[in-house]
Amino acid sequence: MPKLSDLTVGTTLPGRSYKPDNVQLFLYNAALWNAHRIHFDHPYATQVEGYPGLVIAGPLIGEWLAQCVVEWLGEDGQLTSFEYSNRKAAIIGETLRSGGTVSAVDAQRREVTIDLHVRNESDEVVAPGKATVRFG
Amino acid sequence: MPALLRAEHLANIGRQAPLKREVVTRRDIRKYSIATGQTLRKYLDGDEGPALYHVALFWDVVELDQLTPDGVSIDGLIPRLPLERAMAGGLKIEYHRPIRPGDVLVARRTLTDLYEKQGSKGPLIFYEVTMTVETESGDPVITEKTTRLLR
Repeated sequence: MPKLSDLTVGTTLPGRSYKPDNVQLFLYNAALWNAHRIHFDHPYATQVEGYPGLVIAGPLIGEWLAQCVVEWLGEDGQLTSFEYSNRKAAIIGETLRSGGTVSAVDAQRREVTIDLHVRNESDEVVAPGKATVRFG
Repeated sequence: MPALLRAEHLANIGRQAPLKREVVTRRDIRKYSIATGQTLRKYLDGDEGPALYHVALFWDVVELDQLTPDGVSIDGLIPRLPLERAMAGGLKIEYHRPIRPGDVLVARRTLTDLYEKQGSKGPLIFYEVTMTVETESGDPVITEKTTRLLR
């Protein structure tokens, strides 16, 4: 668990690697009630929409950016704000990797800002993000 | 190039969707947590909703005939726009307190912006929806701005 006093700008978060399969993607979209065909209909995703395969849902990748923070933080603090965008489609079969870097430390307010990313195997950022956490 | 968005489109800025009221259950948090690959027990056991759990909680539960052929539900808050192919956008969220099982939450969605930009492969339309999530007694839980783009 991180200690606020140990953190400086540039401190990196460990992150995780993800290789979701179509079962996980199905369960995720079922939990939302999301029937967008690009996530389960391979002929539609490839032939109609022109993707190379089934598209990993954008907010699922968003959740992985947030995971990068909350799994690092544990019970030592709280996520107070979080933002992200989906920049490039990620496809089932790809391995993605999350990570983060501390970009600001406000010791007085006990707040830390973190730049986040999920990258694909070509090291392209498919989703950048930013989070602010407050230490207890 | 002429502007795609006209005054009748822009007049929808400020429009509000009907309030949504949802009960948070441990079962639904657990399903969401498993599907998103959480590792922390508080999420897997359903004690607390993960960071984007509210996205699932307030996703429109639409009937089959309300889905477009590509499987997308039509968002009644958004007017018919000159571009229609939905691409994922981004979210900006402020957290006021965690979501827990038993919470009864009320979401209010407002169309807060609508604009267009020229992308590298053609025009894009962006819209922003602000969603505030509160408890039934009016305590703030989440404030979220969603930006989506259409091509």
